[in-house]
Amino acid sequence: MDFLTRRKFLIASGVTGAGALAVGATWYPLKEIMGTAGEIPPQARTLVIVTLYGGNDGLNTVIPYADAAYHKARPELAYKDSEVLKLDGTTGLNPALKGFHRLFGEKKLAIVRGVGYPEADRSHFRSMDIWHTAEPKNPGHTGWIGRWLDTVGGDPRLAISFEPVLPPLLAGEKSAGAVVGSNGLRLPRTFAVPTLAALGKPAEGEAPLQARAASCFADLVSVDELIKEAKEYAEEMSNEQGRGTGTGGQTALDAQLNLVAQCIEAKVATRVFSVSLGGFDTHADEKQPHQALLGILDRGVTAFLDRMSKTEQGRKVVVAVYSEFGRRVKANASDGTDHGTASDVFLVGQGVRGGLYGEPPNLSKLDSGDLKYTTDFRNIYASLLDRLLDADPAQMLGGWSKTIDRMLK
Amino acid sequence: MAEREKVAHLLRRATFGPTAEEVDAAERDGWEATLSRVLGASDPKLGPPVPAITADPYDALPREATAAQRDAARKARRDQIQMINEWWLDRMVAAGSQLEEKIVFFWHGHWATSIEKVDSAHLMLLQHNTFRQYGQGDFSHFVKAMVRDPALVLWLDGQRNTRRAPNENLARELMELFTLGIGNYTEDDVKAGARALTGWTVDRAAGKVKFDPTRYDPGDKTILGRTGKFDADGFVDVLLERPASPRFIARRIWYRFASGESMSEATLHRLVTAYSTGKGLTTLMNAMFTDPAFASSRGQLVKQPIEWAVGAMRQLRIRPSTLAENDRKAVLGYLNGLQQTLFRPPSVGGWPSGVTWLTSHTSQVRLRAAELLAAKAPGATIAMLNDAPQQGRADALARMLVVDAWTPRTRAVLDAAAKDVRKLLALGLVSPEYSVQ
Repeated sequence: MDFLTRRKFLIASGVTGAGALAVGATWYPLKEIMGTAGEIPPQARTLVIVTLYGGNDGLNTVIPYADAAYHKARPELAYKDSEVLKLDGTTGLNPALKGFHRLFGEKKLAIVRGVGYPEADRSHFRSMDIWHTAEPKNPGHTGWIGRWLDTVGGDPRLAISFEPVLPPLLAGEKSAGAVVGSNGLRLPRTFAVPTLAALGKPAEGEAPLQARAASCFADLVSVDELIKEAKEYAEEMSNEQGRGTGTGGQTALDAQLNLVAQCIEAKVATRVFSVSLGGFDTHADEKQPHQALLGILDRGVTAFLDRMSKTEQGRKVVVAVYSEFGRRVKANASDGTDHGTASDVFLVGQGVRGGLYGEPPNLSKLDSGDLKYTTDFRNIYASLLDRLLDADPAQMLGGWSKTIDRMLK
Repeated sequence: MAEREKVAHLLRRATFGPTAEEVDAAERDGWEATLSRVLGASDPKLGPPVPAITADPYDALPREATAAQRDAARKARRDQIQMINEWWLDRMVAAGSQLEEKIVFFWHGHWATSIEKVDSAHLMLLQHNTFRQYGQGDFSHFVKAMVRDPALVLWLDGQRNTRRAPNENLARELMELFTLGIGNYTEDDVKAGARALTGWTVDRAAGKVKFDPTRYDPGDKTILGRTGKFDADGFVDVLLERPASPRFIARRIWYRFASGESMSEATLHRLVTAYSTGKGLTTLMNAMFTDPAFASSRGQLVKQPIEWAVGAMRQLRIRPSTLAENDRKAVLGYLNGLQQTLFRPPSVGGWPSGVTWLTSHTSQVRLRAAELLAAKAPGATIAMLNDAPQQGRADALARMLVVDAWTPRTRAVLDAAAKDVRKLLALGLVSPEYSVQ
């Protein structure tokens, strides 16, 4: 699926303005993050943001199975009543979302429907920029979490990503979240560590890119140490808590969430974690691949949540899952769907009041073939900032302060 | 800037990595003469010709093929893919017309099509030949050839785009990523553009698109303010008459050949003027290389992994085709580890650039790749370093790798390793100075 993934080059390929983030990423070894173990204030809660890159088809995720218009619009792609995992008399979940279905029954899953923003943009890059910056009119160079980071002192370890590059949402005006490598690395034997460390020293008057190339060697040396320590740490943890063994075949999302879990269990200072899953950019014959991706999401998040429910700090975690847009209501000729507008956002955790929020999609009142959004995504951001991060939403969201009532405890 | 540094800068950008002798010659000839040679007619030393692959083994199977035949076809397909990768890498190293090769590579990243979905070395090579045939000429001919390119059409679901139910994928990317850039069209333009592109199907085995009038939407379309019964060519004409189009192309070229920093409006204006008055890319390239902003762009590009590896092999005098099979595989494996495999860009947005290539992970893979390349350097290359006194080897290495100067940091590391010249060579290849251009 990865070939269709458009993640990573939000920053990278320069097709959007995000090439010029206000502040670049600081690479941090996990050791540095673990160095803050125990530092999280007792009452502080944690936000885990899961970004689905490629435009997740909301209508085949949270399915209005009782609506004849749904079946009519996408005969080959639609799920039958008997297939969906029912939430109520009209709405059900994709069959792949078994864990989410259970969490919904346990009142730990909130689903916000019809989430979008005015004048939806159907470019992956632009729309993802909008979600990252929370500035629909004119996405700038800072992300909504980055701006929060600026207000709380700017320690990069408060907001970290386990992705290979800094997601724009973590870039602030003065500070930026940390990017923590999760790759296992081994240094080639022929190069002595002191030699590489020496190449990693900054040189006076060096151009920025060259300086960056040098700093990679410094990182490499610390990664080498980190890998050993992280392994030891993981073994220690599993001995202490007797956790079940992994089942192998981990997806990148599993691996990222595993690291998040380790950090949270160690009560590190981090308040926001960013992880991601790519591959949602399908346009043809997409039913099976889409279901497979939702399965990866479901298993990853459910296992994470179950693990979190075992510790006190873990019970203060809320996971938010979103994508840059949904898909067109009507299938295209290729048993796929084209870029659309409004979609669903999931919030999962003990701190969530489970249930359905927002208005169900209205398939008979479309805006040139697309769902009209009924909830602005900034309402969700405002709720998270307000309830989870104890911050003033208006300060981070350009004056936006509307929240979703009672959704978060 | 000294003349040598000036021509070295030009050659680093206009080639995959100049050799010391090429810089010597350029310094002798002077900047003007070097530029006109770089931009001039094809060098007869073309390198190995494009392989003649006439069919994808799997597509060529009869309907009633047995499981064993299918397995064999799949294996033959894998071999073809490996072969075209090795061939292109070898051609990049050997080709006399380096700028031409670099432009083909640029267009591959621009019209970023991946074999992972196209699944045919045959179709990927047909597209590759289109880059060679049209990539330096009239952009309008080029784009019209590309909207009929079987690999691109398959990649962006164009063959599934019909009158009854348009698929917007190709129309959107044609505007957003290939000709205009975001912000220069509306959603209605995407929808109307998709209708103009209806009717094309792909015959995989023949390697051709076919126009099926029953799938085509012949009605009126309004695209970017113009209304007409536009078909694919009509749609392309509408796109290319927009002022945004040459600006977009000039920016993309600048971004890959000159600087990751955005250019000034004055520079952009000069490039667009040259591009619009000339025919094709040569005038644009000429304007870019002679622009004052180009001269001050040293160090503003990170070498893409392909550029890094091909440049290193040119400078070390390694012909990939002469390596043993397992070494050829290892080189491709390292490029894959560095996230840049030819014919397999990560998405339709093409490969990343700049700091994205500079991570602790890529440094580690580069260390291993550098180790291999240094081990495979021929005796004459090694002798050139060994002939220098130990204190002079860092300088000999700088000359070989066309690095203007080492920082004191790197020089200290190199001096300490100068006894073992293969190790010295590997350290030079991974050095921060050699990672940027």
